[in-house]
Amino acid sequence: MEKKVVIELQDVRRDFIVGEETVHALRGVSFKIYEGEFVTIMGTSGSGKSTLLNQLGCLDTPTSGEYILDGTPVRKMSKSQRAKLRNRKIGFVFQNYNLLPKTTAVENVELPLMYNTRYNSRQRREAAVKALQAVGLGDRLEHKSNQMSGGQMQRVAIARALVNDPAVILADEATGNLDTHTSFEMLVLFQKLHAEGRTIIFVTHNPEIAQYSSRNIMLRDGKIREDTQNPHILSAAEALANLPKNNDE
Amino acid sequence: MSFLNLMKVAIRAIAANKFRSFLSMLGIIIGVAAVIIMMAIGQGSKESVRQNIQQMGTNVLTIRPGADRRGGVRRDPSEMQTLKPIDYETILKEKKFVTYVSPEVTASGQAIYGANNTTTSLYGEGIDYFDIKQWPVIKGEEFTEEDIRKSAKVCVVGKTIIDELFPDGAEPVGKMIRFKSIPFRIVGVLKPKGYNSWGMDQDNVIIAPYTTVMKRLLAQTYYSNIVCSAITEEMSNDAIDELTQILRTTHKLKDDQEDDFTIRSQQEMMETMTSTMDTITIILVVAAAFSLLVAGIGIMNIMLVSVTERTKEIGLRMSVGARGIDISNQFLIESIMISITGGIIGVIVGWTGTYVCELFALPTSIPLWSIIVSFAVCTVIGVGFGYFPAQKAANMDPIEAIRYE
Ligand SMILES: Nc1ncnc2c1ncn2[C@@H]1O[C@H](COP(=O)(O)OP(=O)(O)O)[C@@H](O)[C@H]1O
Ligand SMILES: [Mg+2]
Repeated sequence: MEKKVVIELQDVRRDFIVGEETVHALRGVSFKIYEGEFVTIMGTSGSGKSTLLNQLGCLDTPTSGEYILDGTPVRKMSKSQRAKLRNRKIGFVFQNYNLLPKTTAVENVELPLMYNTRYNSRQRREAAVKALQAVGLGDRLEHKSNQMSGGQMQRVAIARALVNDPAVILADEATGNLDTHTSFEMLVLFQKLHAEGRTIIFVTHNPEIAQYSSRNIMLRDGKIREDTQNPHILSAAEALANLPKNNDE
Repeated sequence: MSFLNLMKVAIRAIAANKFRSFLSMLGIIIGVAAVIIMMAIGQGSKESVRQNIQQMGTNVLTIRPGADRRGGVRRDPSEMQTLKPIDYETILKEKKFVTYVSPEVTASGQAIYGANNTTTSLYGEGIDYFDIKQWPVIKGEEFTEEDIRKSAKVCVVGKTIIDELFPDGAEPVGKMIRFKSIPFRIVGVLKPKGYNSWGMDQDNVIIAPYTTVMKRLLAQTYYSNIVCSAITEEMSNDAIDELTQILRTTHKLKDDQEDDFTIRSQQEMMETMTSTMDTITIILVVAAAFSLLVAGIGIMNIMLVSVTERTKEIGLRMSVGARGIDISNQFLIESIMISITGGIIGVIVGWTGTYVCELFALPTSIPLWSIIVSFAVCTVIGVGFGYFPAQKAANMDPIEAIRYE
């Protein structure tokens, strides 16, 4: 039984023109990501990870090649069409959380739905509460972003990425700012979402994280160097249990 | 995003920077208040001028010697001596559209009674003068036809003269006062008129028979003016035509010669006055409006700062699906809210300011449309000066915006 393709890249190239020079940030990247996969994208600094993620997140368009997101070709879309596509099909998790300051958890999570006219305020709140419960913050709905720890803020950010029930969750170094203990808590959460059938793409330069995902794509100089399935997915929950208990939130 | 949500976001952004928002509103507040106060004073003065002129009688016509040369061309002195008794007599004989006629000569100087003296104007008039100006004598009598014929040294006086020369409250009627060493017996006291709208004390006058003033005081044979009244205000133009015909004949002017006199109706005076007031009002309002322009630039400045400060927020909103238009609407509504809130406070301040002006006896009247215009202008300022910053926000690249620190 063939699984549904969520993401398909066909020879995607992205050139940046810097002064006289042309920087080839992506030099022909092709892959398919199926529904329910947990993919880590790895590579050294400058290998093109962020550029690739911007492509996947419809924040940018390829110089050549085609990107098909959940059946929709993206390359020729206008800016506002892509904004709408992001709104409906993508959830972003950033390294530095990017919550609105002085704003409650629920309001932060509601944000993507504010730009979706199909939700009224009651539905927005319901969906936000549900997403916050899914990340274990059901009891912190009205906490303001500046009253929360890093781990809590990242949970809110993950809830915000979930709230629109996206086709894919894109995480860019989502554990980069967190200590080991909290990082593992996040991995537990991502694995839980994976288990629930979500498609996750996790960009990181930390090779350890690849062990907890189902597939790993290695980039180098804008090309795919390795694309491997992970037959032995480690449990983040176990790893967390074995960590020395010196870090707490 | 829905309008309501945009409003909420804007209110939150404004509340997050209360002091800064207030400072940028301050320009609008001052501008709107200034416009309203200026308009109120302008409108109020205009109305009071109109009332004043109406009180003087809207059917009054004044004939002055010399051609109509507004704009300060120096006149030949002989040109100022064209109104003669023959003119007056002919008008009396031939008038149809004119009811009352009075020659007028004027002099100014000191009036003296005992140890008291005051600087005043002496008007030599005919007996019709009191009817033309609708200015009754409230104590004593007007002077008579007989007094005119005999060049009698009698006069009626305004209230200010009485206050100045008879400070102890003595009965003025029957007393002899002196004007430039000529004694005049007071026969009547005029009804007080108060100050006119350009600040002149209308009660500081002495009115005597024109013959007396011409012969005994000035030794001149021509009039300063001739004042008349048309039958009604509507007949003013007919009266002017009639008087023009009469005077051209008595002055023996050929067809190709221009009038050597000028006839002005009170109507015209009023128009001149109100148009002068209008000009002053426009100048004041334009000056105040410039402060609104400056205020708009202030808002633009604050909005640009706000956009830059919130670059990361803009990037975030874009990455979760805000389109350019959502972002630009957000900032536009914010700037409109700042300027309209400023406008509302400005209207209140303007109102209060107008009230204070009234307490200081400035005539004021707030035209309703000035308030409506203020709001319209504020909205335009909000949109106009918010547009560029909003566009700047909307055109940001989400990738760079979200990385902005
Ligand atoms: N906006 C840009 N303009 C010019 N060059 C860029 C731009 N974005 C990325 N690059 C270049 O593309 C290459 C890949 O960058 P990036 O995708 O950020 O790598 P990574 O995220 O793996 O560190 C780098 O050489 C970088 O300098
Ligand atoms: Mg990067």
